[in-house]
Amino acid sequence: MTDSFRRWNRVLLILFGALCILFLIGPSLVIVPMGFSSGSIMEFPPPGFSLQWYEKMVTSAAWTSGFANSFQVAVATAVVSSVLGTLAALGLARGRFPGRSIANALILSPLVVPVVVIAIGMFALFVRWKITGTVVGLTLAHTALAVPYVVVSVSTSLRTMDRNLEMAAANLGASPVRTFRHVTLPLIMPGVFTGALFAFLSSWDEVVVAIFLTTARFRTLPTVMWEQVRQVVDPTVAAVATVLLVITTVVLMVALVIRRQAPVR
Amino acid sequence: MSSHLAGRRPPGDRPALVLRDLEKSFGDVAAVAGVDLEVNQGEFVTLLGPSGSGKTTTLRMIAGFTVQSGGTIEIDGTDVGRVPPHKRDVGMVFQNYALFPHMTAGENIAFPLQMRKLPRAEISRRVDDALRLVKLDAYGPRYPRQMSGGQQQRIALARAVVFKPALLLMDEPLGALDKKLREALQLEIMHISRQLGATVVYVTHDQEEALVMSDRIAIFHDGKIEQLGRGEDLYERPVSLFVADFIGESNILHGRYEAASGLGGGWVTGEMGGWQVGEAAGARAGLAGGAAAALVVRPERLRLIPRTGEVPAGVNTVDAVVTDVLYLGSTRKYELQLPNGQAAGVRQQLGRGDADWHPADEVRLAWDVDAGVLVAGKGGQG
Repeated sequence: MTDSFRRWNRVLLILFGALCILFLIGPSLVIVPMGFSSGSIMEFPPPGFSLQWYEKMVTSAAWTSGFANSFQVAVATAVVSSVLGTLAALGLARGRFPGRSIANALILSPLVVPVVVIAIGMFALFVRWKITGTVVGLTLAHTALAVPYVVVSVSTSLRTMDRNLEMAAANLGASPVRTFRHVTLPLIMPGVFTGALFAFLSSWDEVVVAIFLTTARFRTLPTVMWEQVRQVVDPTVAAVATVLLVITTVVLMVALVIRRQAPVR
Repeated sequence: MSSHLAGRRPPGDRPALVLRDLEKSFGDVAAVAGVDLEVNQGEFVTLLGPSGSGKTTTLRMIAGFTVQSGGTIEIDGTDVGRVPPHKRDVGMVFQNYALFPHMTAGENIAFPLQMRKLPRAEISRRVDDALRLVKLDAYGPRYPRQMSGGQQQRIALARAVVFKPALLLMDEPLGALDKKLREALQLEIMHISRQLGATVVYVTHDQEEALVMSDRIAIFHDGKIEQLGRGEDLYERPVSLFVADFIGESNILHGRYEAASGLGGGWVTGEMGGWQVGEAAGARAGLAGGAAAALVVRPERLRLIPRTGEVPAGVNTVDAVVTDVLYLGSTRKYELQLPNGQAAGVRQQLGRGDADWHPADEVRLAWDVDAGVLVAGKGGQG
């Protein structure tokens, strides 16, 4: 084994890694220059630079209301699912009751059941309840899909937390509720927060369920995009996609930073 | 130390802790199989035993972390068997400290006081007193991760006593520390618990620690207390082969017991000879004639004498061959082999003019009849 052999190994590894990354994110990045196009159709490479499609994005009612709706639903989903998911994770990690593994499987099932199946089922139910095309309806649907992310993230935090700390709190006179508030919750907060961010993202770019549950008067951003792509195909979609990409990236980076700082000790 | 930490409650005549026939099984396995124990006010009692002997499970039942399968637990005369841990008024120090990592040392110590909704001024005064008690006055604003293991354990101790619990429990609190620090903290814990008049139940598997710190020691074996007494009782008068073997070093000679006619005491006869048993030792063991028995002699009670020459009356002997001589500073330790291949050890104080022996020397081990302790041998009381 010579040094030069090792060096070549390394170069090849880096090259291969770079190719994989390009394959994964290349398509997303192609969108970015198309949004700044001076032409009137989506093309690559764009003929020139212009901000006209960004202007159209912020002035068109369809796009701005789509933004507002998506944001409301995503925030509500993040809040509701992080509360429910945290409680569920706590019950699954600490509780002793029959059927615990079944409950665990059911809670995590949205991760494996085809989304279309879930969407059709919800559509049938929500039409009867008359909550299609509302913030409440879509929030409920997205919460069901997002809870698993919170459960997984919080469960990980709970597993790495020292159980003795909860015993110590009880020993020092804290009731179970106060133990949770003063000891457990502060220590699993990074997990809760990461879960909430993933819940936000999962709702923010969710399209399948949203297509079923939105109406002409209530559209989320991804459904507006879907519609526009089929009808007009102007580069506004690329501009919107770029904004989505930036927001998603920022949220993910925040999540990563939290993860890194998570270990309190 | 300021008045409100010292001397917690008037020592009543009732015991601080009473365990009666305490049991705990996990499935078919009995971790604790009938423990009876009374701890007096202000007493320091250690539960000592190998791992799996039930001492930690017993402690966890007293704290309320584990619910007993049978028996009762009384703290200060109140049955707490069904009381949840946060209402038991018991302080506990954990082996891994269990300090809350997101709180400073001061906030950790304040926690039990806040849970009891004490006024803020009172809390800060008591926290300061507790920090002074463990000699970490300036460490209130530090986080646990900024402190050494020994400092963290002292904060944990302060947190466990600051609310003046009826009982202080410690679960191998020094197990994670190195030897030097462990010895220093042993003394400190002793002094602090005496200063506060605290009643302490302490769990350890380190016999030296138990001997140094405790008023009384309970030796745990197979989920039961095998012997309860002062360190000296356990060392000088073990009631069983297990205790004799567990506490200190022992030389154990197996055989059958025969009571001497008329007088107390008797003989243990084995394959290597017969040895006389003192009157007191014979009476304590209460063995039936012909029972499997073992004679226990501590290494410092044995002497080495030449094979030739008279054996004085009142002295037992057994032949041995020196295998190793270890110089240990104030003492010299001889490792020997008995005729049946069993190993034996003798500890000799230096500077007493005793003869020197060398490996391969053929000698006799000699001990006064009264230095031998009789216990039931393998196979029980026969």
